[in-house]
Amino acid sequence: MEEFFQHLINGISIGSIYGLVAIGYTMVYGILNLINFAHGDIFMIGAFSGYFIARGLGADQAPSLFLALVVLILSMVVCGALGFTIERFAYRPLRAMPRLNLLITAIGVSLFLENGGQLFFGADPKFFPELIERQIYFQIGDIAISNYQVIVVGLSMTLMFLLQYIVFHTKTGKAMQAVSFSHETASLMGIDTNRIISFTFILGSMLAAAGGILVGLSYPRIDPLMGLLFGLKAFVAAVIGGIGSIPGAIAGAMLMGLSEEMVVGYFSSTYRDALAFFLLILVLLIKPTGIFGKKTAEKV
Amino acid sequence: MVKKEIYLFGTVIAILMFSQWIISKTLNPYLFMILMYCGINIILGVSLNIINGLTGQFSIGHAGFMAIGGYVSAAFSFYFFAPWISAMGLPFWLQTVGAHFFFLISLFLGGLTAAGFGYVVGLPSLHLRGDYLGIVTLGFGEIIRVLILNLDVIGGARGFTGIPSWSNFFWVYFFVVCVVLLSFRLVRSYHGRALLAIRENEIAAEAMGINITAYKVKAFMLSSFFAGIAGGLFAHYIGYLNPSSFTFIKSFEAIVIVVLGGMGSISGAVLAALITTILPEALRPLQEVTRLDFRMVIYPLLLLTLMLTRPQGILGTKEIGDVLPFLKRKSR
Repeated sequence: MEEFFQHLINGISIGSIYGLVAIGYTMVYGILNLINFAHGDIFMIGAFSGYFIARGLGADQAPSLFLALVVLILSMVVCGALGFTIERFAYRPLRAMPRLNLLITAIGVSLFLENGGQLFFGADPKFFPELIERQIYFQIGDIAISNYQVIVVGLSMTLMFLLQYIVFHTKTGKAMQAVSFSHETASLMGIDTNRIISFTFILGSMLAAAGGILVGLSYPRIDPLMGLLFGLKAFVAAVIGGIGSIPGAIAGAMLMGLSEEMVVGYFSSTYRDALAFFLLILVLLIKPTGIFGKKTAEKV
Repeated sequence: MVKKEIYLFGTVIAILMFSQWIISKTLNPYLFMILMYCGINIILGVSLNIINGLTGQFSIGHAGFMAIGGYVSAAFSFYFFAPWISAMGLPFWLQTVGAHFFFLISLFLGGLTAAGFGYVVGLPSLHLRGDYLGIVTLGFGEIIRVLILNLDVIGGARGFTGIPSWSNFFWVYFFVVCVVLLSFRLVRSYHGRALLAIRENEIAAEAMGINITAYKVKAFMLSSFFAGIAGGLFAHYIGYLNPSSFTFIKSFEAIVIVVLGGMGSISGAVLAALITTILPEALRPLQEVTRLDFRMVIYPLLLLTLMLTRPQGILGTKEIGDVLPFLKRKSR
């Protein structure tokens, strides 16, 4: 039983990181109908910029909460800028083209970031510095909750609530909803669609950067290809939840994190990577638009 | 008419055998390797074109089918055929003939198994459309890879070693000719027209009395059959298989070939397969000058540039005969 709770806690912790990355996928899909394959690599860049900024600031020598926050915010800014650049120069010129072209472009950007990362950061894994001293918060029997897990879940929840506020309670958020409903109608209503799409990319990339830093903190090994499988699984989580829906992405990510942790704990860790896709096929066969997905009728 | 086909077929085989003889005498192993990879990638690209280009479905799991074909045919050769041949104690020339014969059989077994899985994956396309189908195929490819990783009989994570190297220029390009000719004949046939109709408008196609589901599944099976063949050829060429060769990056490569050549253009896919195989190798001297491996950065950059400047792919929906008229056969 204690083992079960430990897995539960670990699952929630990894699930909330999946959630941060999955939100970026689901927002971009909701607004552009594009599987942004480069998103996983933005997450990787987030982890690496955190690594370099932390070393530049000397945060690896003297861990403190203030420096950790500075690292987090700076790398969110870096990734926001990266997301903006990618959208502006790679996706925007192709927006009128068939969707598959956009998808290939996304794959191209993803390959570029991965290979560029291997070239400039080196292909060997780096060890993410401990920005905050690791300590055990609670200890109930054999169940241990470290301050890292609290930080991971707390920060993810804060960011998700912030996002929820931006999307549902601000004017820009309402414009985002309008654009995702229909580009043309939104622009007729005086919404600058290009600006809103840029804003969506920046927001998603910033969340991915936070996810990257949290992964760096929890599993200190980072390498330029880390975004590949993690991004894909986050995307799968978004699809399971119903792509385009933010609560769906979070629910899917939690489901993914928990089931992955349970499979590793009780079954075999080698099947971990297949589980995500197995869940995906299962969910899609039962409910083809995901758990929270809306059913759209096809117009003739 | 049928006689003419047989003559054509005979000529192709004769040309291939002659080239096989010339190439084995002249080319160095490095160039030979590039030539083989070109052929294998052409089979992959042209076969994926049947799903993505002609039927307009979206599959990103081609590496999975390739892995199935490769592993199944390699397992048959390694566990059954190769021991049989050596156990029979035949004279040398008969052994060679036997190897070719059994190679063909194991290729077909691999291809058929892949086609069987194509049927299983094609079935969800019953009610999944567009991106969702793509995601399911992607997931399927990854599941296959993880399953292979956990199967110890075929090497698991260590990789499958000791596959007899029966693959040669003749067989690779024999199947290149097969898949290309088949694709061209398919497009001009009743069944090919049905696939094109599904690509253009599913609802209209259904209204015209085309059984959409059956055709989609057939397209999947045909495409995965050839992907399986490509896998078998690959396995018997390098003699070693590792699950990490069949990640979704491999599937992306196949999609890049299809889109780069122009969706639905068969000769475009051939051209794009040649480009994507040769280009990274052609950029290799650059690496020696700069001391850094810039190749893998230049490759995606070129891909992006091409997508931004020529989004319809190299040939668009045309075939090479439409662009260079002198290559076109005179109409009879």
